[in-house]
Amino acid sequence: MQQLARPLAFDEMVDTSGARPAIGACPSQSARAHYQGFAQWLAQQPEHLLQARRDEAELIFRRVGITFAVYGDSDGTERTIPFDIVPRIFPAAEWSRLERGLKQRVQALNMFLHDVYHEQHILKAGLIPAEQVLNNAQYRPQMQGVRVPHNIYAHIAGIDIVRANHGAQTGELFVLEDNLRVPSGVSYMLENRKMMMRLFPELFAKHRVEPVAHYPDLLLDTLRNSGPVDAAEPNVVVLTPGMYNSAYFEHAFLAQQMGVELVEGQDLFVQDDTVFMRTTQGPRRVDVIYRRVDDDFLDPEVFREDSTLGATGLLRAYRAGNVAICNAIGTGVADDKSIYPFVPDMIRFYLSEEPLIANVPTFMCRKPDELDHVVQNMHELVVKEVHGAGGYGMLVGPASTRAEIDDFKARVLANPSNYIAQPTLALSTCPTYVEAGIAPRHIDLRPFVLSGQHVRMVPGGLTRVALKEGSLVVNSSQGGGTKDTWVLEH
Amino acid sequence: MLSRTADHLYWMSRYTERAENLARMLDVNYQMSLLPQSVQTIERGWAALLEISELTSAFTAQQSTITPDAVMRFMVSDTSNPSSIMRCLQGARENARAVRGSITTELWETINTTWLEAQRFMREGILKRAPAEFFEWVKFRSHLIRGVHLGTMMRGEAYDFIQLGTFLERADNTARLLDVKFLAASEVHDDDTDPVDEFYYWTAILRSVSAFENYRKVYRDVITPERIAELMVFSPGMPRSLVNCLHEVVDTLSRVRNSQSSNTQSAALRLLSELRDLNIEEIFEKGLHEYLTEFLSRINAVGSGISQDFLLPLQVDPETQMP
Repeated sequence: MQQLARPLAFDEMVDTSGARPAIGACPSQSARAHYQGFAQWLAQQPEHLLQARRDEAELIFRRVGITFAVYGDSDGTERTIPFDIVPRIFPAAEWSRLERGLKQRVQALNMFLHDVYHEQHILKAGLIPAEQVLNNAQYRPQMQGVRVPHNIYAHIAGIDIVRANHGAQTGELFVLEDNLRVPSGVSYMLENRKMMMRLFPELFAKHRVEPVAHYPDLLLDTLRNSGPVDAAEPNVVVLTPGMYNSAYFEHAFLAQQMGVELVEGQDLFVQDDTVFMRTTQGPRRVDVIYRRVDDDFLDPEVFREDSTLGATGLLRAYRAGNVAICNAIGTGVADDKSIYPFVPDMIRFYLSEEPLIANVPTFMCRKPDELDHVVQNMHELVVKEVHGAGGYGMLVGPASTRAEIDDFKARVLANPSNYIAQPTLALSTCPTYVEAGIAPRHIDLRPFVLSGQHVRMVPGGLTRVALKEGSLVVNSSQGGGTKDTWVLEH
Repeated sequence: MLSRTADHLYWMSRYTERAENLARMLDVNYQMSLLPQSVQTIERGWAALLEISELTSAFTAQQSTITPDAVMRFMVSDTSNPSSIMRCLQGARENARAVRGSITTELWETINTTWLEAQRFMREGILKRAPAEFFEWVKFRSHLIRGVHLGTMMRGEAYDFIQLGTFLERADNTARLLDVKFLAASEVHDDDTDPVDEFYYWTAILRSVSAFENYRKVYRDVITPERIAELMVFSPGMPRSLVNCLHEVVDTLSRVRNSQSSNTQSAALRLLSELRDLNIEEIFEKGLHEYLTEFLSRINAVGSGISQDFLLPLQVDPETQMP
């Protein structure tokens, strides 16, 4: 059971080439240029003050009710997602490149979705095996041929980005995963910024950080313009499964920030292929639904018939063009881990461009020669279930015992097309408060891309941090935390 | 606004008002129990509390003896009692959480903090240590919630449904309190009744609705049951009087009215105008208990009407027969 030496990670704040970063030591001399200001400030802060601010943050998150219930948590208590006060900072030029790459990718993904549900050129060209798409559980035959406004399917995309050392390259950005169904986390991006500005206003006097607070405005604009053309003042609603859903805070937050109604399935009904909501003044027509409910639960007439989270006849109204649904039904076929390896080809096929941001190198176990490689090198790889989510159904080779690896191998061999594998990337780290002081912890980034008539973003995203030393699992449901993300103005 | 949203706001404020009224009654009872009284008097006092909230059978199903400790626990922290103070505070908070987008951040935080702190009080065993402190705290948290509501909520539908909940609940709770207390007094017609005991009995009722000082201002005279009833039923200046609560209900209903609500509006208006046409002597002639029983029935009909016309259909708890 040999632990392979982990490649030394790229640290966001400190240039560690040559030296191991020690706990608590953040010498400002070796801080990267865009972190110099912060490192100097940090070195001057008394420890007890920082601790007091961290306690204040926890209290405020709890008082405001930014809590969530973890599925399966036996005592039903609510938890806050741990918030770390060391921000993750991007210099302007790097962000600008990242933004262009993200917009390019999301554009290609929307074109792919339109193609899949219309002419299927990319399948006919043989670039993606047709059965990968058409037999995919997330492909919705009911959407075949359905017209969608502006040909946009994924109005809100959360593209997970990591920075890694891989082979000879250091500190390059990669796309880890696309989230095109119901991507969440943007409310934490907004609340974290508010929290940092409240706790450390002096930092914002010292740094010119691009604001992100206009995200709800952009989102509302995107949603309003995705509606049926005949609606003069489109009635936009946010559809939530309800307050026992773990992301409920975000649903309520976004609805309030946009000034739109937060509805549940029971508030809606469909009559004459039109969607209405029940109000104190009688039924009112709904034009755009920002749905935070999975496809399967949207319409008991068509999908799961036991669902109470949607509205009977919703798909009929959608197909008739009487209501817009954001994100569209059926986007899951494009964010599947089995489709992920083909995204760079999509960019080339639809845009005739080279991808600006690369995929993480990926092995598809459905291909026999790649399966062989994966099975023989599993102790060095991260193996993921194609349909897994939230960090479950995954094996991190170098962090696993021989028994765990053997067990997973058996699972992969039993159903190879359900798995992909990627080399263990040394994900970048960012200094984070842990029990022993400040220490490097692995992070990722989820920026949000809005698509409609234009593709737009706010400068920033949600940085998630794995709080356990050496852990690569950043998901909040498994103990991850978040940080504020800064893009510095030029 | 969404019917479901209005429903949550309405019940959020009804639960808050209910918690306050429970705390008031418990506080008065607890203070009374510190005075030298006969065992029967003490027991009667606590039994009356259970009766006001229609909880006598639920309580006796669990325990046989009415002791102050047992009743306090039952009415404050017992989670099996859907009308306990803790259940009401939780109900207010859960309803608020369901519609936090419709209330101001300050109002949400005030309600949420009330729930979190109440839980802390329970953990620290305040009922054993200092129950009066807890009841006073609940009363003042309710004042605070109302103050934040009045001071921050934009006047409109959300504001109106909160108002409706408060005044409907207050009218109901006040009528119940009066009914039980007067009925209990009328059942004890022995010449052994000490006038001093009597004085404390009646002033306790006044204190429970924060009306002792108001009474003195209005009637510069001795405390009599008739005048107490008059103040609490008819006084338009008394914030907790039946006529005042009804007036607010009628006003608010006319602001939120829709194409279906005219019957409910008429019912409320009729109740109000009939009340205004009466005087206390006429009510006592007919019988206060009879009048209040009818009043309760009619105000609850208005409540059902509101649910029907604007909100979600009422789910009645089969055990307590209360929503």
